[in-house]
Amino acid sequence: MLYREAGQFKTSYQADAAIFPIRQDLIAVWALVVVAFVVVPLVATPYIVTGILIPFLILSLAALGLNILTGYAGQLSLGTAAFMAVGAFASFNFILRVPGIPVLLAFAGGGVVAALVGMVFGLPSLRIRGFYLAVATLAAQFFILWFLTKVGWVTNYNPSGVITAQQVVILGHAFTTPIDKYLLVLGIVAVMALAAKNMTRGNVGRSWMAVRDMDVAAEVIGIRLMRAKLLAFAVSSFYCGVAGALFAYAYLGTVEPEAFSLDLSFRVLFMVIIGGVGSILGSFLGAAFVTLLPVLLSVSVRFLDRNLGLQIAESAISNLELMTFGGLIIFFLIVEPHGLARLWQIGKDKLRLWPFPH
Amino acid sequence: MSFFFEVLIGGLLAGVMYSLVALGFVLIYKASGVFNFAQGAMVFFAAATFVGLQQDYGVNFWLALPLALGVMVLLGLATERAVLRPLINQPQIALFMATIGLTFFIEGLSQMVWGANVRGLDLGLQDEPIQWLTDKAGINVSKFDLTAAGVAAVLVTVLAQFFSRTRIGRALRAVADDHQAALAVGIPLQQIWAIVWGVAGAVALVAGLLWGARNGVQFALTFVALKALPVLILGGFDSIPGAIVGGLIIGASEKLAEVYLGPHVGGGIEGWFPYVLALAFLLIRPEGLFGEKIIRRI
Repeated sequence: MLYREAGQFKTSYQADAAIFPIRQDLIAVWALVVVAFVVVPLVATPYIVTGILIPFLILSLAALGLNILTGYAGQLSLGTAAFMAVGAFASFNFILRVPGIPVLLAFAGGGVVAALVGMVFGLPSLRIRGFYLAVATLAAQFFILWFLTKVGWVTNYNPSGVITAQQVVILGHAFTTPIDKYLLVLGIVAVMALAAKNMTRGNVGRSWMAVRDMDVAAEVIGIRLMRAKLLAFAVSSFYCGVAGALFAYAYLGTVEPEAFSLDLSFRVLFMVIIGGVGSILGSFLGAAFVTLLPVLLSVSVRFLDRNLGLQIAESAISNLELMTFGGLIIFFLIVEPHGLARLWQIGKDKLRLWPFPH
Repeated sequence: MSFFFEVLIGGLLAGVMYSLVALGFVLIYKASGVFNFAQGAMVFFAAATFVGLQQDYGVNFWLALPLALGVMVLLGLATERAVLRPLINQPQIALFMATIGLTFFIEGLSQMVWGANVRGLDLGLQDEPIQWLTDKAGINVSKFDLTAAGVAAVLVTVLAQFFSRTRIGRALRAVADDHQAALAVGIPLQQIWAIVWGVAGAVALVAGLLWGARNGVQFALTFVALKALPVLILGGFDSIPGAIVGGLIIGASEKLAEVYLGPHVGGGIEGWFPYVLALAFLLIRPEGLFGEKIIRRI
């Protein structure tokens, strides 16, 4: 093992409650931040940045939002993509209709609008539980997308329904190159991930977890159920809303309802489940897994195809990918139902003792 | 007024078609507590297998039927063996996600084996109005829809008898009630699950044939599952009569809303109206119309 917590004594409560109480962990995280902000922009090719890193970061933000709701507060939701769409369209309208609004403020505004919508659709959670609630959140998915397509005002009466996103300009600097967009997304995601981590460690997060584990018991010990549940919906939708705005502005370059289909909701849910329910790190691991898997699959299938001379038809390749994706999801659930975050934890615990047996 | 009845009857009959799909969900949820998202994909796979056998291999209708049934039962057994058995005792959400994985797998499989083209499926039923009803009451009721409703009625009766009268049916209800208690009195849980998945596969075949004959056998059949979900939560996840009654309510109100409310709000409300309706019902009865009452203790 490279390091242990032995010998690192805390002399203040503040030090004891730090996010990374072990010094080496802290150093590792800072190193990661430096790599992400400085090294990656220097070495990554535009394809890697736009094709993998940006969607990965944005989707981890959405997964983070869903994880707050599902993993911490225990309310299963299938309407993630709809809240992302609300964020994207609200940001679009803020930038369009409020002259001179700073873009970051518009994104935050998109998040706030999404949070309000999320609270409205979270109201049924006070009475409905489990899969009944999950199916009920599908109402949000279908209703919101229908609303965005049918009401002309939100799309500024655009006939095609596919709107080109406005240019992102912050303090006079236009974010047009892939690296610029990457840094913008990375900055927002880093700040919001830190906020989420702290929220879940504090009073709010603990009340969510109490509600998740047993809401009647939580109510008995004095947690206000309505407040806790609606707050979870609001915070979760805020994260999803910002992720949606980034998805439209930094990744797609267009604002359109079709981008936020039910498929996306499920993909985000996959990230949460595969990464680890109730884990911030898990959201990132899950997003990485779900974003990278199709790329790896398609590369490896094509590689096999070329080298073995199998001559697989293009449609068969995409079907094969679909099957492998489904199969791998089942496989991962069987191997570790608590997700990649648990695997990481187990690995760390094992390393702590290594090379000694006890 | 006759137009109103025509829309109403059309809606009710369409609702029966939703019920057929919802029935598959209920069967599996009742016996294993798994919310099987793959039911829609199974419907597609069943229809594709049946049509594929007929058109690609020239198998005749009466031979293709048992063959497709066999394939569906095999699929059910394989699912039980490969997906459910390793996941016993895991949280419900993990099982739910596994069935979504299964959905992808089945979708890929059926398109790989049977191709992605839309195929027609002819059951020898004409989708035309019944003549004497049109003459007498001025209401158009499709023969096809009526037959489908008849098939659904037979299926439900058979399943209800199966659940209440046979030995296996009683074992199924015991398993649904309490896994551990059922195991303790010697009910073979895994056999029971295999049977349920087999039966769900058979129901998927019936639903697939009827939907396939109506809309053509194509990938869009998988979305039928999305139509069945509001039916499910309205009727209650664990109630067979609930699936039927829920289907009727959803079907009728959806068509009426589309015809009378749709023009005022720009149309296309069929997609979300059933969900909102079911949601409104749930606010009054959180476990659906016929669902088992949820009692929560600390």
